[in-house]
Amino acid sequence: MQDFSYVAAQTLSEAVALLDENGEKARILAGGTDLIVNVREGRRDVDLMIDVKSVPEVNVLDYDANTGLTLGAAVECYKIYAVDAICDAYPGLIDATKIIGGTAIQGRAGVGGNLCNASPAADCIPPLIVLNTTCVIAGPNGERELPVEQFCTAPGQTALENGEMLVSLKIPAPASNSSSFYLRFIPRNEMDIAVVGAGASVTLDDAKETIVSARIALAAVAPTPLFAEEASTLLAGREVSDAAIDDAAQAAQAIARPISDMRGTAEQRTHLVGVLTRRALNGAIQRIRD
Amino acid sequence: MARKSHVQTTINGETVEFLCESRQSLLEVLRDELYLTGAKEGCNNGNCGACSVILDGRLVNSCLVLGVETEGKSVETIEGLADPDKLHPIQDAFLENAALQCGICTPGFIMSAKALLDSNPNPTEHEIRYWLAGNLCRCTGYDKIVKAVMDAAKETSA
Amino acid sequence: MTEKKEYKVIGTRPIRHDGVDKVTGRALYGADFQMTGLLHGRVLRSPHAHARIVSIDTSRAEAYPGVKGVATAQDLPDAEDRIADLGEGAVNLKYLCDNILASDKVLYQGHAVAAVAATSPHIAEEACTLIDVEYEVLPPVLEVRQAMEADAPLLHETLKTTSMGETADEPSNVASHIQHQLGDPEKGFAEADIVVERDFVTGTVHQGYIEPHNATAHFNQDGQLTIWCSTQGAFTVREQVAEILQYPISKIKVVPMEIGGGFGGKISVYIKPVAALLAKKTGKPVKVLMNRADVFEGTGPTPASYVRVKMGATKEGKITAAEAYLAFEGGAYPGAPVGPGAMCIFAPYNIENVVIDGYDVVVNKPKTAPYRAPGAPNAAFGSETVVDELAEKLGIDPLEFRLLNGAKEGDRRADGPVHPRIGCIETVETAKAHPHYTAPNGQKHHGRGVASGYWFNIGLESSVTINVNSDGTINLIEGSTDIGGTRSSIAMQAAEVLGIPAESVNPSVVDTNSVGYTAVTGGSRTTYATGYAAYEAAQDVKRKMIARAAKLWEVDEANVQFADGEFSCINGKEEQISFRDLCGRLGQTGGPVVGSGTVNPGGAGGAYATHIVDVAVDEETGKVEILRYTAVQDAGRAIHPSYVEGQIQGGAVQGIGWALNEEYIYNDEGTMTNASFLDYRMPTCLDLPMIDAVIVEVPNPGHPYGVRGVGEVPIVPPMAAIANAIYDAIGIRMTELPMSPDRLLKAMGKI
Repeated sequence: MQDFSYVAAQTLSEAVALLDENGEKARILAGGTDLIVNVREGRRDVDLMIDVKSVPEVNVLDYDANTGLTLGAAVECYKIYAVDAICDAYPGLIDATKIIGGTAIQGRAGVGGNLCNASPAADCIPPLIVLNTTCVIAGPNGERELPVEQFCTAPGQTALENGEMLVSLKIPAPASNSSSFYLRFIPRNEMDIAVVGAGASVTLDDAKETIVSARIALAAVAPTPLFAEEASTLLAGREVSDAAIDDAAQAAQAIARPISDMRGTAEQRTHLVGVLTRRALNGAIQRIRD
Repeated sequence: MARKSHVQTTINGETVEFLCESRQSLLEVLRDELYLTGAKEGCNNGNCGACSVILDGRLVNSCLVLGVETEGKSVETIEGLADPDKLHPIQDAFLENAALQCGICTPGFIMSAKALLDSNPNPTEHEIRYWLAGNLCRCTGYDKIVKAVMDAAKETSA
Repeated sequence: MTEKKEYKVIGTRPIRHDGVDKVTGRALYGADFQMTGLLHGRVLRSPHAHARIVSIDTSRAEAYPGVKGVATAQDLPDAEDRIADLGEGAVNLKYLCDNILASDKVLYQGHAVAAVAATSPHIAEEACTLIDVEYEVLPPVLEVRQAMEADAPLLHETLKTTSMGETADEPSNVASHIQHQLGDPEKGFAEADIVVERDFVTGTVHQGYIEPHNATAHFNQDGQLTIWCSTQGAFTVREQVAEILQYPISKIKVVPMEIGGGFGGKISVYIKPVAALLAKKTGKPVKVLMNRADVFEGTGPTPASYVRVKMGATKEGKITAAEAYLAFEGGAYPGAPVGPGAMCIFAPYNIENVVIDGYDVVVNKPKTAPYRAPGAPNAAFGSETVVDELAEKLGIDPLEFRLLNGAKEGDRRADGPVHPRIGCIETVETAKAHPHYTAPNGQKHHGRGVASGYWFNIGLESSVTINVNSDGTINLIEGSTDIGGTRSSIAMQAAEVLGIPAESVNPSVVDTNSVGYTAVTGGSRTTYATGYAAYEAAQDVKRKMIARAAKLWEVDEANVQFADGEFSCINGKEEQISFRDLCGRLGQTGGPVVGSGTVNPGGAGGAYATHIVDVAVDEETGKVEILRYTAVQDAGRAIHPSYVEGQIQGGAVQGIGWALNEEYIYNDEGTMTNASFLDYRMPTCLDLPMIDAVIVEVPNPGHPYGVRGVGEVPIVPPMAAIANAIYDAIGIRMTELPMSPDRLLKAMGKI
């Protein structure tokens, strides 16, 4: 493994200053479950790791039924699914936090790190997209916000500029008669990277028969996780039916542009987009109706 | 040569000081600097669980923690589990159930099982299998491991 | 089934002797070895699957701070193209050496090219990147049928096919062709009312032990070389290192540390000679460790294969003829286990007319190494699927079909040997009577399958010494590294002879200077052969103790009998003394008692297994879930039933992994793209139900307690059993391994 320096930053400004001074080869260390492996295996060239786990702002885990969730970028998965109110409000996000790696990984890895690693197959990103998440980013020039679907720009690449870091994620409070669902297809039952992942959030009318709005997002079918916009909008106003869900699944398939690799073939992935989109939508609807 | 940092941490209840390079993982520190070789390297990228330890009460893969990150923290390893004259009930259950063959994955499984029973004293078979999915065993087919954890749960929650 | 004898120790389930060390983290495995002044070694590996090495320049690496030595093939003695006999069979010495450090060509991605010793593993790794190797890249050949084509790129310019004693004139990737024939296959097929013929393809799979290879070597000033390592056989390490380094075995001591799994993959040496070279060069002890990618890319997988099976049967259900064509990948050098595959393929059946052709073919993948019943699973996937199809077409229950044709004592295997007493029929009968077989299984897309399997097991040499302690315990010294509880299964056999509890035996696995020659822990031989040696050593102790009792009582030895742990006088005197008490009186009766036993037994006795599996197929995703699994196996006599069950369960699960997801995935350049536990998908506990292991005991006449090796045969049936269950679920015969979701989707016409 290459040699690098390590600093445990105590404040946000210290972390940002270190990032700014040290340029591209400085990386934020939170859970480390991707970063340490990537450096060890020569996939990232890093000469400074800035440990932010002592920075208060990245450890915020604050949920309010009216204002929603503020999720610090370094909050580990296990802390998120330990809060019942968060599990009830954002079940689709919880689905993802419970399937990232094994339990030992979930003791370190967080949603923010999963996002910053910017893997096309990241499990947390589709639920963040369907939950209308906003990224709070700190940099030398202060804070800015960005919709999560614009955060990843290419495999391993993000919209973060030099000196910038992700501080937290803001997820709006869920509407009434709404729910979310995330699932992925993997050959084993755990410990695999998604061959395809699909997240959905759905809001139904009071009768729980008609879709008021829906959002669908996909993982592992393009260089970045995708917001399936057309598939989402075509559902608005439709009655819950197999036909409506099939239409959305087909629209989702239409935007998938997967590759073939050791985890799956392009044809398999395109096929699975349809299967998983249907299952994610049905899963979210079922949750509303339960 | 890479610079070394001084780190003070608590391991199995004892205050421990060591020097390590930033790039040395907690696993490397435990094994190569402190000679606590119970945690094993099976994959060095978080996919086998052979290096499982408990860090500040939470199960982690020690290959995915830097040694320098453990400053001021508390680490539990397999070496600290048994009393001087008595095995931990999970260790006993592994022996009684013949839940090990080659034994290389055993320390990781036992630490993982301990973290499970600490947080969920009466897990179902499915909960055990879900929790232990990050620990690979190639010898046993897991049958006797799962049974050992079920037995240990009965013992510890009784 | 023969009547069970009454035993006191055998058949019980004591806590294993090394158990406490292994649950407390105290047991020392190879990588745990520490020594003052230790250097750390790393191996540089080829990025190319097939290339000529034009030059290697190590100067930048040697100049790197902290580097103490660099080794390449130049440091190995000149390897002639000659044959070395390593006990396990003849090996071409050039091939053996070139696989340690490539000399002229690299033949697979991951092939070792050079090695560095440095003051830390990180420095050694960094220095590896400073070694400049110039390659002339050649086209790789990655699949057995392509490698057999006349215009395929050649791996070895001098390799020529040997076929039944004849050597061809032209070089080829086909190292050898074997053939076994029994009866008149043409006539047999003519008599059949129904014939089924199918092609099968199996992927390259790895043993997947959790502990990577490791070795620490040190050269003393007097030339004494010591190697601490995890291995399946310390003596085979000694032999291989001696041949590779051209160094006398008397100057090499191999210390077997605890071993974290092997399954056949820790018999061949890889980094042990490299550690020795680096130790020689630096004058310091050097520890060389592989990482997980090194293990996948640089050590023996078990071969991919192409198998064609044709079988015919009468309407009444009698198999009249069978034919098999087996083409196995040897990897970079010859040595595919096609011989064992050919020996096992039709062994569960008594078939009069058989022809089997086998081909050992080199391709640009790591040299194959044994993996649990090597060759038999590839072959059985084909034959047991065809058997299932025959039974289905004849409308006969598949287990009933097996009973109609099952192999029995006196039947002849296609490769020659006549079966001694075997338990083939008994495993099928037991499976048929098992509640699993008759349990309802009618849900949509659920299916049930069965398959049988055979492995011949081996004997080979073992040595055991027993030192008697004054407190009635014994120290048992053995040379078989303990991978799965064999300290106990061996100790229990000695305990049974001496009428003492298993806990009164202290077994130790020792180095090559401290015990007689002992062959590898492999071939399902350890509990059988080393257990046999322990039995003989205990008998030796018993004889000597009888002599001591006779001396004590001043009677003739013939008047002393030993039963239930008590010596007694049977003529005249009313004397009695326990084994324990007599142990306390050795000093006054002539001094210490040491017993020894050495064996090379011929009666290993074959092992049979029959498995039942229920699966659910997700028709939309192609994913197969294992719902229920029952594995029936003849163990001859289960010495420690818990560890017999463990072998059965572990083997079945490795088979499940092989069946469903495990395979080496290569890109067109011949680079393995899934060399990690993330993407080489071995089963986790969440992928499995409990595995019901059912032990059948048909004692092996070739062992004093009836032991049959149990380790290997459980991996033989799972692939076909699962394929047959998938057929039952969705009506499609899967003929390619692994039966991964994408392949199922294709087979179902979904993609």
